[in-house]
Amino acid sequence: MAYSNKVLDHYNNPRNVGALDKSSQEVGTGVVGAPECGDVMKLQIQVEGDRIVDAKFKTFGCGSAIASSSLATEWVKGKTLDEAAAIRNTEIVQELSLPPVKIHCSVLAEDAIKAAVEDYKKKNIKAAPATTEAQA
Amino acid sequence: MKRPVYLDYQATTPVDPRVLDAMLPYFREDFGNAASRNHAFGWKAEEAVSKGREEIGRLIGASEKEIVFTSGSTEAINLALKGVADMYGSKGKHIITSQAEHKAVLDTCKHLEKQGFEVTYLAPDSTGRVTVEAVAAVLRDDTILVALLWANNEVGTLNPIREIGALCHERGVLFFTDATQAVGKVPVDVEADNVDLLCLSGHKIYGPKGVGCLYVRRRKPRVRLVAQMDGGGHERGMRSGTLNVPGIVGLAKACQLCREELEVEAARASGLRDHLEAKITGALEFVHFNGNKEHRLPGCLNLSFHYVEGESLLMGIDDIAVSSGSACTSASLEPSHVLRSMGVGDDLAHSSIRFGIGRFTTQEEVDYAADRLITAVRRLREMSPLYEMALEGIDPSTVEWQGH
Repeated sequence: MAYSNKVLDHYNNPRNVGALDKSSQEVGTGVVGAPECGDVMKLQIQVEGDRIVDAKFKTFGCGSAIASSSLATEWVKGKTLDEAAAIRNTEIVQELSLPPVKIHCSVLAEDAIKAAVEDYKKKNIKAAPATTEAQA
Repeated sequence: MKRPVYLDYQATTPVDPRVLDAMLPYFREDFGNAASRNHAFGWKAEEAVSKGREEIGRLIGASEKEIVFTSGSTEAINLALKGVADMYGSKGKHIITSQAEHKAVLDTCKHLEKQGFEVTYLAPDSTGRVTVEAVAAVLRDDTILVALLWANNEVGTLNPIREIGALCHERGVLFFTDATQAVGKVPVDVEADNVDLLCLSGHKIYGPKGVGCLYVRRRKPRVRLVAQMDGGGHERGMRSGTLNVPGIVGLAKACQLCREELEVEAARASGLRDHLEAKITGALEFVHFNGNKEHRLPGCLNLSFHYVEGESLLMGIDDIAVSSGSACTSASLEPSHVLRSMGVGDDLAHSSIRFGIGRFTTQEEVDYAADRLITAVRRLREMSPLYEMALEGIDPSTVEWQGH
């Protein structure tokens, strides 16, 4: 199978490989996929206020899965939580020129972003009602 | 050292220059049709084919009259299984095979099931081997055929052919073995090994692609087949079609070289294989061996690298030609059915790599491949969430994953 130059670039020089402190209140972690299916993505975001200031990933999967998650970390940085959650897998497909059999890699990346955002929101939900009460 | 390095000898092999030299005259001046009985061109071709039969027979302990030429193993498998089913179907409808067979056998068996045959698909043990006890346990009065491969193409495990053949003969059941990977690599003797039908293929043994043969036993018992292709009645009515004379000459030469060099070659290939394995397992943790350490092909090594997906690993060693059991590299998007049948989990099947060492593999190539592989595995593990979990003491197999 021939890979696009962008997939090869992300595979050979993945951006933002690593881990953030998952116990930190400022960090949201999304883990999606399953080893039996041949791909697992872990995507983490660090949030300040409403904005993602850093992102890291680790991926077990094919080259397209690695490239999709690498691209996802690049894209979410600097975005607000809502903007990040609005990233669609089709944009990833387009950017990386993924063939049809690799579309699931982009879906997984989209899911990983959403899961990380969800995790961050869940972690910080306790703080949220307190604020609401205070405002009320 | 030439790159890319070829370490996929179970997929195919280059034609040995000595084989090519033997073939060339039969494309040029000696181009006759072996079925032309009234002129010298035909006689010359017929003579070459006849000598070829003898030479091929010599490698497997068969007589020249027991060799039926085909386009390769897939065709030979179809002819053997369907030919036996059609001929002996009135005697019984039961066939025994294994889940670790090549697709050519499995799909032909599925076809026969649709025709009303009943097929038992034995699960091999965790090393990929089918035991004689397992076959004995499912033999029935209406079993007409046992079909088991000699050497597995993915993991290199050898089945106990001689024992299973003896059991079949004792019970009056025909025994077919797909010896595509075994012939020329390990000793094969259809008499001593109690085989009734056997297929082999030219391109796995440094011969040309598109030619192979089916051995069909003529005595004790005499095996009869219903032809699967209508035509001029070539090959004693079992396989019509003009003979591929240059291909047959090449196959015969390939068989001769294998016979003469088998011992030396097997020792050399085993040595390189063990060197490769030692080098990899010496440098990397979490490497899983797929296969059987005792009963195995000389030039085949199948390893799974925990926490690394096979296709991404192949990308990381892109100047080395190997195969992976990962679904991502297969047309079907399913992980290897062979590893599955051995009880290897899908996660490890996705992480498997098959290294195939052969006649032209050098130590330098093996060292280079091992170094590249070790570097790639380390790099991919650094970015693997599963490896991270393993280092934290979490076994990924105990995690509840959300598959997609």
